Amino acid sequence: MKDFDAPDGPSIVSITDRVKLTPLGAAVGSVHFLGDRAFFVGAEETIAIVTADGEITRTPVHGGAILCAASDGKRIVTGGDDGKLVTIDAKGETSTIVTDAKRRWIDNVALHGEGTVAWSVGKTAFVRGAKGEDKTFEVPSTVGGLAFAPKGVRLAIAHYNGVTLWFPNMAANPEFLEWAGSHLAVMFSPDNKFLVTAMHEAAMHGWRLADSRHMRMSGYPGRVRSMSWSAGGKGLATSGADSVIVWPFTSKDGPMGKEPAMLAPMPARVSVVACHPKNDIMAVGYSDGVVLMVRLDDGAEILVRRTGGAPISGLAWNAKGTLLAFGAEDGDAGILEM
Amino acid sequence: MAEASQKIPVTVLTGYLGAGKTTLLNRILSENHGKKYAVIVNEFGEIGIDNDLIIGADEEVFEMNNGCVCCTVRGDLVRILDGLMKRKGKFDAIIVETTGLADPAPVAQTFFVDEDVQKNARLDAVVTVADAKWLSDRLKDAPEAKNQIAFADVIVLNKTDLVSKAELAEVEARIRGINPYAKLHRTERCKVQLSDVLERGAFDLDRILEIEPDFLETGDDHDHDHHHGHDHHHDHGHSHGGLKHYHDEDMQSLSLRSDKPLDPTTFMPWLQQLVASEGQKILRSKGILAFAGDDDRYVFQGVHMMLEGDHQRKWKDGEKRESRVVFIGRELPEQAIRDGFERCIVS
Repeated sequence: MKDFDAPDGPSIVSITDRVKLTPLGAAVGSVHFLGDRAFFVGAEETIAIVTADGEITRTPVHGGAILCAASDGKRIVTGGDDGKLVTIDAKGETSTIVTDAKRRWIDNVALHGEGTVAWSVGKTAFVRGAKGEDKTFEVPSTVGGLAFAPKGVRLAIAHYNGVTLWFPNMAANPEFLEWAGSHLAVMFSPDNKFLVTAMHEAAMHGWRLADSRHMRMSGYPGRVRSMSWSAGGKGLATSGADSVIVWPFTSKDGPMGKEPAMLAPMPARVSVVACHPKNDIMAVGYSDGVVLMVRLDDGAEILVRRTGGAPISGLAWNAKGTLLAFGAEDGDAGILEM
Repeated sequence: MAEASQKIPVTVLTGYLGAGKTTLLNRILSENHGKKYAVIVNEFGEIGIDNDLIIGADEEVFEMNNGCVCCTVRGDLVRILDGLMKRKGKFDAIIVETTGLADPAPVAQTFFVDEDVQKNARLDAVVTVADAKWLSDRLKDAPEAKNQIAFADVIVLNKTDLVSKAELAEVEARIRGINPYAKLHRTERCKVQLSDVLERGAFDLDRILEIEPDFLETGDDHDHDHHHGHDHHHDHGHSHGGLKHYHDEDMQSLSLRSDKPLDPTTFMPWLQQLVASEGQKILRSKGILAFAGDDDRYVFQGVHMMLEGDHQRKWKDGEKRESRVVFIGRELPEQAIRDGFERCIVS
């Protein structure tokens, strides 16, 4: 293990000694806070619930790989290769929402604030409202990602050659936003004005929803696997390069014709980004295990974790922004109290 | 090249409808080998073996956004391999069964193109199951069947009990007319040693040790220096001491050889230019190269327009420093390729 070297400048502020290390012993897929407890969704089978004091409780959720997870702050819903869709609440109580009869993989999941959940199996997207009725919609190729719009029950379904916008509670025809290539993740901007996707190629694509105008966001050396909106939706921070690429969304044209900010360059690839819920800072995880906190205005960095070997695979803030949790592919994990 | 041994080997199992892919798959899964396979199939339920690592897939062939029409990948495979890697350690190898009408190229290209796939998995070999009774007919009317033979590293020539000796010789000669390099195994009900189809390392640059034509030794007692000029463009068989040789009209292999060193500053641009312009026609390419002033062997391989290459090892003392390049493809511009290669030889 080699020591962390500050990229330039004589020193970098380090708060590594304030991190509560909570090694989990199993690969982390993602992290979400429910209240003040961090829920580390494993790559397989289990969710580890960790308090700020480092106390760990493990809860089994799937009989195999956990392929997807989404949280609305009140619950986390996970989909597995066991064909199950499972929900867990802040108390750690689990229940199975759906079991696929053919045990097909649940590839994607998305949550809507009012108790609505969406998931996908192959080419089919499902939506279940709070009352429990299911609606389905089939797209022409396998669903790459799902996201609910911040307002109204409107589901974005990413797939090959574009995104379908479906209104499950309305008779209206779905809208189709076309762009050649395979779209693997999708997100609305918090103001509901833009839709962005991460593609199979090392690029992002976006549309301004008012007029479907395209926004090409390319130049990445690797695939974008993590995206996070900064507080107030001013910028979209993304992984995939050896610095965080932050696209500006402050103007009505979004990032069209603008250069992104490139913050916190490192000798390793950015693997996960998580913007602070209130302030203009973000947590950044790298493929060599480093975790930084980075100020969005000037790129000032604080070291949270030194080079640790395995890539960081999960990062999350609690809703108040007082706790930061990180987890890695080798099961290392930690919580930082701000 | 990362450590190939830590990557999970992926075997692509292909073959025309009814050739016996499922039989071979069932054999692989049911044999007592102590290994666990994750299997990606197109038809759920055909496999009679209980395994929680059998995944149904829709063959989704996606074009990459780079303007290159033959640059296609299997989108479903990218997703499934991603999910499977979450269960690393729970299985030893992956088998991808394609549909009978599939082109193996997008599967292979997925391993050249996708960074995440490359990080965790390696393509081991393309294994094609062929029906001894019907393959000759399919080679005439089904371009898919011809692609699968041309692309193969291993050919399991199945149902040999249903044909006469003469018919078997005929179908083998037709296979060899397209692809003389694949290892060929004659089987009944796909009874083949698993070591002959799995862990072949056919795409491992370090194992491109020899690219000599493969011939079955049975009843074949004459010396095969198989370099008859491909200057005849009609489909016929001609006999050399009992073994028929076929030249397939639209799918051929082309072998180039030089015992004089090549100039890397001419060869590499020529090769790149060749696959860029003729990549749609070239299904597979492989080469071992002796460059002037270079004590290392250079090896490369390619699928359509995608190439990868590396210095492999030092030439051994007394080893013949000979360059050999092989192309398998459709309507290859043979003379242009031969001339281009000649110009790379340092005289």
